[in-house]
Amino acid sequence: MSDAGAVAKRALVAGHADFAVGLVSAVQQITGRGDVFATISGRGLSGADIEAAVRRAVAEQGISVVFTDLQAGSCTMAARKALRGVADHVLVVGANLPMLIDFVFADQLPATEAARHALERGRAAMALIAGTK
Amino acid sequence: MTLILNRIDDRLIHGQVVVGWGQPFNVRFIVLVDDEVAGSEWEQELYRMGTPPDMDVIFHSLDAAVDALPRYRDDVRPGILLTGDIASMLRLVTEAGVRDVNIGGLHHRPDRRQRLRYVFLSAGEEDLLRQMAERGAEVTARDVPAANPVDLRSLLESETAAQ
Repeated sequence: MSDAGAVAKRALVAGHADFAVGLVSAVQQITGRGDVFATISGRGLSGADIEAAVRRAVAEQGISVVFTDLQAGSCTMAARKALRGVADHVLVVGANLPMLIDFVFADQLPATEAARHALERGRAAMALIAGTK
Repeated sequence: MTLILNRIDDRLIHGQVVVGWGQPFNVRFIVLVDDEVAGSEWEQELYRMGTPPDMDVIFHSLDAAVDALPRYRDDVRPGILLTGDIASMLRLVTEAGVRDVNIGGLHHRPDRRQRLRYVFLSAGEEDLLRQMAERGAEVTARDVPAANPVDLRSLLESETAAQ
């Protein structure tokens, strides 16, 4: 998990392999605000270890928003277990780059509200563009 | 079709199972054998939400699975049998006729030694795997279908984290 720097973390991004650090590095490159995210990779960790890492992030960094990659993924499963019974949090599954960019720019909103807004932006940003001759 | 995979994976249902194995083999049901999950409606719902709507998930305690397994072997649909630990699968080998075992993921614990990138084993667990082989089961490690299977002898001789 990356937690260096003085910027308060607004959300956690967790997923397979380098999904979280890759996505956050892209947010950083585009907006310069990638440091609002903490990250977790599920690589090499048991479900219990991922769950413990999410719990630590929530407890120690006051995080109330978790973004994950895949509904069936171990990070999503672990986050759901870790956040069970925790009030005022949201878990957003299926995170993408437009979603996280929207989230970092919605810093005037409480984090959970910003996450709801970002979810809609992330959905709307998907498109299929067919080739033409 | 029948059970196409008898897998030991401490993460139980997750991406490698649902997507990595599930999509290429058109898996239509998962039999999850775990006493804790079998006793928790909340955890069952959690795992159901992680699977596509056209994939059934059936939950069994270990005791119940021993009796139920022949039914799933006779199912015409492709399915996956899943346990979270080696001891449970050994019992299914011994009492329910499982003949091939996939080690899909056993992660770090203080008492375990790393054998592969995704397989850590304690001395006791290694002994259980040997017992499986002695009972006629073919035991291999393989996290996803695209990976080469690693046979038990190679697995237990392996010391590297780089595979």
